[in-house]
Amino acid sequence: MASNYEYEEGPAASYERESGGESEYDPNIVADSVKSFVVHMYRHIREKNVYEIHQMCETSFQSISERLFKETPWPSVEAIAPYVDNDHVFCLLYREMWFRHLYARLSPTLKQRIDSYDNYCSLFQVVLHGVVNMQLPNQWLWDMVDEFVYQFQSFCQFRAKLKNKTEQEIALLRQHDKAWNVYGVLNFLQALVEKSCIIQILEHDKHGLEQFTATDGYDYSGGSNVLKVLGYFSMVGLLRVHCLLGDYHTALKWLQPIDITQQGVYTSVIGCHIATIYHYGFANLMLRRYLDSVREFNKILLYIFKTKQYHQKSPQYEQLLKKNEQMYALLALCLSLCPQPKLVDDSVSSQLRDKYGEKMMRMLRYDDEAFGIYDELFSYACPKFITPSPPCFEEPLVNYNQDAYRLQLKMFLYEVKQQQLLSGVRTFLKVYSSISLAKLANCMEVDEPTLRTILLTYKHKTHSVDSDGRIISNADIDFYINNDMIYVVESKPAKRYGDFFLRQIAKLEGVINDMDRVKLE
Amino acid sequence: MGVEIQSPQEQSSYTVEQLVALNPFNPEILPDLENYVNVTSQTYSLEVNLCLLRLYQFEPERMNTHIVARILVKALMAMPTPDFSLCLFLIPERVQMEEQFKSLIVLSHYLETGRLQQFWDEAAKNRHILEAVPGFEQAIQAYASHLLSLSYQKVPRSVLAEAVNMDGASLDKFIEQQVTNSGWIVEKEGGSIVLPQNEFNHPELKKNTGENVPLEHIARIFPILG
Repeated sequence: MASNYEYEEGPAASYERESGGESEYDPNIVADSVKSFVVHMYRHIREKNVYEIHQMCETSFQSISERLFKETPWPSVEAIAPYVDNDHVFCLLYREMWFRHLYARLSPTLKQRIDSYDNYCSLFQVVLHGVVNMQLPNQWLWDMVDEFVYQFQSFCQFRAKLKNKTEQEIALLRQHDKAWNVYGVLNFLQALVEKSCIIQILEHDKHGLEQFTATDGYDYSGGSNVLKVLGYFSMVGLLRVHCLLGDYHTALKWLQPIDITQQGVYTSVIGCHIATIYHYGFANLMLRRYLDSVREFNKILLYIFKTKQYHQKSPQYEQLLKKNEQMYALLALCLSLCPQPKLVDDSVSSQLRDKYGEKMMRMLRYDDEAFGIYDELFSYACPKFITPSPPCFEEPLVNYNQDAYRLQLKMFLYEVKQQQLLSGVRTFLKVYSSISLAKLANCMEVDEPTLRTILLTYKHKTHSVDSDGRIISNADIDFYINNDMIYVVESKPAKRYGDFFLRQIAKLEGVINDMDRVKLE
Repeated sequence: MGVEIQSPQEQSSYTVEQLVALNPFNPEILPDLENYVNVTSQTYSLEVNLCLLRLYQFEPERMNTHIVARILVKALMAMPTPDFSLCLFLIPERVQMEEQFKSLIVLSHYLETGRLQQFWDEAAKNRHILEAVPGFEQAIQAYASHLLSLSYQKVPRSVLAEAVNMDGASLDKFIEQQVTNSGWIVEKEGGSIVLPQNEFNHPELKKNTGENVPLEHIARIFPILG
């Protein structure tokens, strides 16, 4: 099966997708650079050289892809298997990368999508049975979970576009109804969380009874980090899947064991850090906990602003930039619904002004144009919601891939509309320290009973219920009523210095420790 | 479907909530969840309701709209939490267009926008939906009181009457209960109600929430400081 052709010098083979396989791509041809790649990768994995594995994944794989496989898949796993002792686990890992490359550069066919799911099933089952004794880089482990969820989302979108499906595709879909089945996907993620006992590990880690965060999840006592770290990243995976389903409350519940006010394994991989905060912020936006969203978006956007130059060469750079833009849009939405200018850092604030300053001003008017802008920003920044149920093949075949998104958008705009009159109230409250109900009603051109309902709405919408059931006010400007008089109260949210100092103390300690180590050598 | 079961309250809710926590992605728990929602008990679990709605999302042909309506009514009773919206996020548009759901959405809209008078009027037209769950009226009255407590230091009796949809003797009784249980005070002149002081209607009581650093975060740097 293996061949030893000199392939390197020729141009990249073209892989004609449309003509259905009439191509120059031969899955059995293994170029020298590929052979060398798999041999070295195999050795590094056996020897647990995490750093080298990481370099091969991030750099070598990308450069070989760029040179030889710009428009074709990598050689088939059968072709490279002989070079790696036909190692079962390595082949599963290779296939994982193979499919990831395919999704990134080409359009997978239905059959390939199904095969990829089978590969993930096999891979996760091996991990869950606890027979894996490897130490893999966090980046790769995160990529696995991230890609798993992404391919699930992609499959749901693909499956929902029934109109132009061929008969073979429909038959294949009916036959393989277990592939990318929502129960399967969720149960795998949950199984990884449970089998790894990651929640207990994190609990012990917090109290110093176990080392997890300090070692970035790596196991320095001869064991494997794979199950633990996959379990950890699966929590973020579950956060993401539940956001795609529209279940924001449960999404946040799955994230709870991870303390996002601190560094953790999730910050060890930039893609994970961003995905976590993006979904956390989005879920809180839909739960009307605007303050929580604003705080976290502010932190991450500041972080990206300071560090994105270091990721320019990374394959995740484009994704990073896209998510950055989306989070600015979400921040614009949050701040329009809940003005809190003092919570946002200056650099983030000025970026926000550049990108959305004008739109935010127009959103405040709450007229039809404003609703159009809310729609536009939401649609740009929201996750790609899915319909998890399998399609019904009986009815006239339609495309229903937009249904889930349309529902979430509708609900969001509904909430926005309910807050329509609040910005008017805010304007007046800013100007007066006290005003009678009658006078304010006059200014706002409504009658008194209507004004009372508007004021109650203001109170209700600016006082959200947090996860512990407490009422939290997110109003920058507030009031109370005494019979017929309104008294205005301006609140000053204090800057949180405590967290800042804690972080700096820990950081300084780290620097001192590093310096001590240097002296000893 | 939808059989009223009088099972031992504690036992059923304990088992069902465990199911949802340990085995949420299992279609076989659906009948247990449906039974739980149908039980005429005072227990309300957002987690169980969301789990059930998710399962309906995964298998729409098993959806029982009667149970969904019941979940929504209970969610209304849970205001001011946004549970009602959370449930709607999981219910397909075409189902939301059905009459009973349209009415519930209108009722929710009135509650969300402080239009308590319109709420009670509309609720009167939909008694059959609302009477299915006991304690509905009291729950909404509690929400109304909550809204008033956020907003008023002193509220005129007429405004209160409208908010809780009571008058005359029953309103007096309600006020009496609140005086005993929640610290309300009735002003002798004019009959306005003085609502208990809290940080929302008394700005001077507002705690500086910005600087609460949990002890466990400080504990992390004890090794450094020590």
